[in-house]
Amino acid sequence: MSKEIRFTDETMALVQKMIKRYPEGKHKSALIPMLHLAQMEFDGWLDSPVMDYVASILKIQSIEVYEVASFYSMFNLKPVGKCLIEVCRTGPCWLLGAEDLVKHIEKNLKIKDGETTPDGMFTLKTVECLAACGTAPVIQVGETYHENMTCESVDLLLGEYKIKDARKTHYDIKHISIK
Amino acid sequence: MGKQLLLENINVPGIETLSVYRANGGYKALEKALKMQQSEVVDEVKKSGLRGRGGAGFPTGMKWGFIAKPEGVPRHLVCNADESEPGTFKDRYLMQHNPHLLIEGMILSSYALGANTSYIYIRGELLYVYHILEKAIQAAYDAGFLGDNILGSGFNLNLYCHLGAGAYICGEETALIESLEGKRGNPRIKPPFPAVSGVWGRPTVVNNVETIAATVPIINMGGEEYAKIGVGKSTGTKLISACGHINNPGVYEIELGLSCEEFLFDDKYCGGIKNGKKFKAVVAGGSSVPILPADLFLKTAKGEPRLMSYESLSDGGFISGTMLGSGGFIVLDETASIVKNLWNFTRFYHHESCGQCSPCREGTGWMEKILNRILEGKGKQTDIDLLFDIQSKIDGKTICPLGEAAAWPVASAIRHFRKEFEEYVNKPEEIVDVKHYYAVNNLQQSAK
Repeated sequence: MSKEIRFTDETMALVQKMIKRYPEGKHKSALIPMLHLAQMEFDGWLDSPVMDYVASILKIQSIEVYEVASFYSMFNLKPVGKCLIEVCRTGPCWLLGAEDLVKHIEKNLKIKDGETTPDGMFTLKTVECLAACGTAPVIQVGETYHENMTCESVDLLLGEYKIKDARKTHYDIKHISIK
Repeated sequence: MGKQLLLENINVPGIETLSVYRANGGYKALEKALKMQQSEVVDEVKKSGLRGRGGAGFPTGMKWGFIAKPEGVPRHLVCNADESEPGTFKDRYLMQHNPHLLIEGMILSSYALGANTSYIYIRGELLYVYHILEKAIQAAYDAGFLGDNILGSGFNLNLYCHLGAGAYICGEETALIESLEGKRGNPRIKPPFPAVSGVWGRPTVVNNVETIAATVPIINMGGEEYAKIGVGKSTGTKLISACGHINNPGVYEIELGLSCEEFLFDDKYCGGIKNGKKFKAVVAGGSSVPILPADLFLKTAKGEPRLMSYESLSDGGFISGTMLGSGGFIVLDETASIVKNLWNFTRFYHHESCGQCSPCREGTGWMEKILNRILEGKGKQTDIDLLFDIQSKIDGKTICPLGEAAAWPVASAIRHFRKEFEEYVNKPEEIVDVKHYYAVNNLQQSAK
């Protein structure tokens, strides 16, 4: 990464507000919300210089950030496409056809689970229960849940996302004010 | 339908806004609670018999009573909105549609506990619900329900949302506390219990979303009235999220004590099995509870009709019963493979084990491998006993209940459906699912 790693002023202001949500001296609590912000701001994944930067803001050791980032499944430690397609693969979704959806997407995009298309547009990731079992199978793209999915609706979905930058439109923690 | 205490207004247009919530009787419980003594609020919850709705079913009033009150040390209330138990989606439904019910419950429960800063720990995947909550919290601040001197009572409260990042284990309360402190979600050894030393070493109560929401009708109607609903020690109403092979999947509020048969087959609830298929089995309280075959779900081993209550569902222990758990109700029809379903759950627990305790870290992986082998048609008769043996060596030997959660489905599947395992082992060429080769190979590749 050649460009300088720095939050925008707007994000930095948000970071400061987030830190104030926890008692004085307990600012490390803001780490996970901050990693979400960092991931959003720096191309959807956490490169080690990004994690070092987060550590420097919170005045903690880099290892404290690495060990957390590697524990939680939402943090991507490898580059991802602009559109991250997360297919639920647990229990009820699997029972109602998530397996077929994964197969269908793999065929359609010519990638395997965990891979990114060569044009950097799509990454396919199977994830654990998304708490939407009543409308299984479920696919999450950015912030949006797509429910009761079928192979046909997956095709429509992929077509829709092909024409927009999904992450910028959908996955934005910042669009709400934080008191 | 029985009494609707939590879902009564869920379909009122605009209920997510403060004005509509107010117009439908919202924040009345808070006004009432703030005129009571803190201990009186706790007493009402004790009288109500409310039990933790996240899965464990521990009496809420008693949990509140345990909170330590050392001089000069702040206390915290943390709401567990890390709903990740497969089959469970009631909290998401409630927060998404009626966020102020949770917020009102948080304020009055914080008042009862003497907490001045409270947190809602919400799983990261539910980012859109996080935004709904943030907006509702802001509205509550603007209306004077949060902040300093709430409604002139002298009680101050700051309420914040905290976003998780995808870890089932953070639904365990001490793992959640670690995560809230900005660490890996490794459960803590207890004691000390969170009531004495929780987040930042301070006395902490962690309650599930539905539990907190239920305090609102309890204060409105009084603990004694609430306790009249339900049966025996299963008082009040419970949200059940029904899914799988049924006609009407969705979230239902039932009065505890409803007959299991009515819940599964009546059109008001699940509406029976989809596509006219036969009912085979049910996982009645989230993926962690023992699976029950159809006959044992509808009737206990003694031949009595089974009821949707903590006691009736666990009647017969794990030999012939199960648990109410989180209310994640997964129905399997005759076409579902118990072995494959178990493989899916076991893979899930292997993925979600935090890795602290070796019986769970290693055992879940071994069980997944053996189930893979069986599903691929390479299983041996002894594998079935080996599986049973491994689960028995995880059960009860770990810091947190994830070990048990992984062990119980295995034990119960073998106990009730041993024949199916034997079919896989004895006649692999007839039964082996080609799809499974694909699924397993694929997942193994992605893990590399």
